[in-house]
Amino acid sequence: MRFVASLIMALALMLPALPALAVNPDEVLADPNLEHRARELSKELRCVVCQNQSIDDSDAELARDLRVIVRERLTKGDSDQEVIDYVVARYGDFVLLKPPFKGITYFLWLGPILFVTLGIAAVAVYYRKRQTTVAEGGDGSTNKKLSADEKARLDALLKDEDDA
Amino acid sequence: MTVEIGHYALVLALFVSILQGTVPLIGAARGQHRWMAVAAPASWAQLFTVSVAFAALTVAYVGSDFSVLNVVKNSHTTKPLLYKISGVWGNHEGSMLLWVLILAIFGSAVSLFGRNLPEGLKARVLSVQGLIAVGFLLFILFTSNPFERVFPPPPDGQSLNPLLQDPGLAFHPPFLYLGYVGFSMAFSFAIAALLEGRVDPAWARWVRPWTLAAWSFLTVGIVLGSWWAYYELGWGGWWFWDPVENASFMPWLAGTALLHSAIVAEKRDALKAWTVFLAIVAFSLSLLGTFLVRSGVLTSVHAFATDPQRGVFILILLIIAIGGSFALFAWRGPAIKAGGMFKPVSREGSLLLNNLLMTTATAVVLLGTLYPLFIDALDLGKVSVGAPFFNAAFIPIMIPLVLAMAVGPYLSWKRADLFPALLKLKFVFIASLAAGAMTFSMKEGASVLASFGIFMAVWLGAGTVWEFANRIKLFRASLGESLKRMVRMPRSMWGMSFTHFGLAVAIVGMIGAEAWKVESIQMMKPGETVTVAGWDYTFEGARDVAGPNYAALRASFTVRRTGEDEIFVTLRPEKRVYTVSQRPTTEAAIHTTWLGDLYAVIGDPSEEIKGAFVTRLYFNPLVVWMWVGASIMVFGGLVSLTDRRHRVGAPKRKSGAVPAAAPAE
Amino acid sequence: MSKRLIYLLPLGIFLILAVYFAVGLTKDPRKLPSTLINREVPAFDLPAIQGFDRGFSSQDLMGQVTLVNIFGSWCVACLAEHPFLMELKKNNVIPIYGIDWREKTDGAATQWLERHGNPYTLVGDDRDSRVSIDFGVTGAPESFIVDKKGIVRYKHIGPIYPETWRDTLFPIVEELRKE
Repeated sequence: MRFVASLIMALALMLPALPALAVNPDEVLADPNLEHRARELSKELRCVVCQNQSIDDSDAELARDLRVIVRERLTKGDSDQEVIDYVVARYGDFVLLKPPFKGITYFLWLGPILFVTLGIAAVAVYYRKRQTTVAEGGDGSTNKKLSADEKARLDALLKDEDDA
Repeated sequence: MTVEIGHYALVLALFVSILQGTVPLIGAARGQHRWMAVAAPASWAQLFTVSVAFAALTVAYVGSDFSVLNVVKNSHTTKPLLYKISGVWGNHEGSMLLWVLILAIFGSAVSLFGRNLPEGLKARVLSVQGLIAVGFLLFILFTSNPFERVFPPPPDGQSLNPLLQDPGLAFHPPFLYLGYVGFSMAFSFAIAALLEGRVDPAWARWVRPWTLAAWSFLTVGIVLGSWWAYYELGWGGWWFWDPVENASFMPWLAGTALLHSAIVAEKRDALKAWTVFLAIVAFSLSLLGTFLVRSGVLTSVHAFATDPQRGVFILILLIIAIGGSFALFAWRGPAIKAGGMFKPVSREGSLLLNNLLMTTATAVVLLGTLYPLFIDALDLGKVSVGAPFFNAAFIPIMIPLVLAMAVGPYLSWKRADLFPALLKLKFVFIASLAAGAMTFSMKEGASVLASFGIFMAVWLGAGTVWEFANRIKLFRASLGESLKRMVRMPRSMWGMSFTHFGLAVAIVGMIGAEAWKVESIQMMKPGETVTVAGWDYTFEGARDVAGPNYAALRASFTVRRTGEDEIFVTLRPEKRVYTVSQRPTTEAAIHTTWLGDLYAVIGDPSEEIKGAFVTRLYFNPLVVWMWVGASIMVFGGLVSLTDRRHRVGAPKRKSGAVPAAAPAE
Repeated sequence: MSKRLIYLLPLGIFLILAVYFAVGLTKDPRKLPSTLINREVPAFDLPAIQGFDRGFSSQDLMGQVTLVNIFGSWCVACLAEHPFLMELKKNNVIPIYGIDWREKTDGAATQWLERHGNPYTLVGDDRDSRVSIDFGVTGAPESFIVDKKGIVRYKHIGPIYPETWRDTLFPIVEELRKE
């Protein structure tokens, strides 16, 4: 019985993620600027009853309600940020597809920069170590200087290696 | 009866895999030839048993055997035959069976094509394959058995999600799995090498063809998914940074890095530890993808029916496989001898840059995909990480990569001079600047980002062609000489040129699709015309039609170039309702031209105005170039695969030619 | 030595990830916590549904611990919890206020209540979803425990089952009544 109830609950709560037809003509605002802003904002707001879609993409009723609300707020004169704040006040940060830059998301936004820096540092260290290894003859080989003759042969050989 | 046979075959496969996973491994450690020789026949036996199981399931689907629970949940008598068959893998249990089938196929392929492999290596590789199979077969038999029965059998099935009754999507999973499982070969090779304690150029040469094959298949799989999303989801989107999409993209990024790293390992005996690491990472990401999609830890449009119990099992599998291999790497990795020296500016250096950037890109995508999970697990709340983050983080990493791709092939091995190489590209640079400037000066859609993107695409495309021309000394030597050079050129060089060029073409398509898309949403009555980007769409009307297992509303649009009378094309989009599941889908009507796609979608009828419908009309520029570019990339991969040098076990010695460098003494 | 450390890094990172995955398996990514907890009930004044002479407003919730229930006649899961809500009403356990969410036709809710019984002290008609969205609704049924001062103290997603009431919701109600 519990299972059946859970199933019913799952069905009722999860509006299926239908292929998005989304914005309907009757939602479109008369003012093209406002409408454009509405579309852009909708693309940044997540449909909370769908599986990873924005309210602009989703066919769900709740998404539609939110699209209408976004347009309503814009028509009332809200700024973009105010509209976003309105929705976030009701649904939390979860509704933002572009994660905010605050406490818990510092690592997210700074992460890529950190990775790149670490990567460059790692490669730099790698090259530096290679230099010292060879200079010290770290492979156990003795390091002799090349004679002029050998150097000329070496240069000629290296030039030959142009092709892969 | 077939179902029973299939079930028993699967259990048998498990035992064979256990044998395959242990005996040759011990044999290799002890140098016992008879034990190592078990590997090849075991892999054939595994292929046979798993094939029987898969065939049994397919028969059950095609014959609509509703005593099998899996068939009941995912099939229906009215489904067209093609989709009955693709329904076999269009669900969790069946797709896992496909996974192990492909695993078995690859294992046997090693037995077949790897006859020149050293005995110990082959034994170890096949053993690792066997162990992976053991893990998955246990998973299937204990948590996801496709042969579970239902009694009494219902009169008909519950049908397949109509979204999956589609040619593109029918083949999307098999290609993806060919990719994921293909990377298991590189993985097995890496583990085998670590166990042996030896990573040499010959090893890298064996790894490359398997990785090339896997990479090519995975590219096809990912592109099929994108293509499907484009024509099915109804508004021309093709990539959403959805967790499950990312789960397929990360192995691809790692696989690309692996391909390039293996080149250095083979030719210069350097970056060996890197290559082994990447081989482990690529397959680990494939496994991780399996976990993410099927365990319910992430929400996604793609996710299979989620079940934490399965999630636990896969997680244990992950810990054993990935944790085990990384532990092995930590233990034996340091023993890998450092190889040939090279300067930062050199062919190796540019490939190391590729490694660096690709790995960073993979890490970034992983970070964004898993971040919601991290925050939730720490009880810090719920966040979403959507396209805005990924675009902002991923694209900047790709920019230096694409720029470097045109320069890299000009650099010689070991050490090179950067400025002469750049000078060789001066005409390419001018052409790219011109293209970017032209784009920017276009009155519509002029954006800095798009123009920069075109600059990069031309830089890469023209740069690749220029390098090719340079290589065959086109116009610098006689035509005959050029032709001779062309014919003599190793296929892997051909492959590189094709694939890099293909990427440039695909980038052009991506920019067109993203930056210059035109959309028009309105209510239309029959006879009305709407103009979109210089095309007139006239709504002719809509009527009801019936399909094999659905009822549809079919609309008709005649499209003309603005100002012309002649009909260019007639588009017939549909809105379908599938009889059994009662689920609606939209079928957009698309006409592809080289400059862009004419795209029409029919929506709901108007409630107020009789005979009027919601219509969505689009012009999606340059989209076809994405698919063309991707196809060229895959073609390049396959061409590389046919390089003769890949088919021999040991490096071939041509008279006078020097074989791959031995470690410096 | 540092070489060893670098080679151990992948294993270390992976093990940390594995821990997160393990914890993640115990969570439901779809469950959205409410932003209303410990905040005042959003101010509203809903009209009556057909056949009733008054709807209800946020003012009605003051002075006692109440249960606000978002439902609709179209909602299948609401039917699952309905008998239990009727029991709560019969035994006068807690006043339940209903928000009729996104009803499509006049009188649909009234008929539904007539057929199945009316557990609500008052019902408000939220045709355009504004109030439900103010409550951060993600689906029906959802229920909120509101304290005497009109502060939202708990949100329950999904039907209320006897066990849930007994183990989770009622203890909260009792605590709040002591305040």
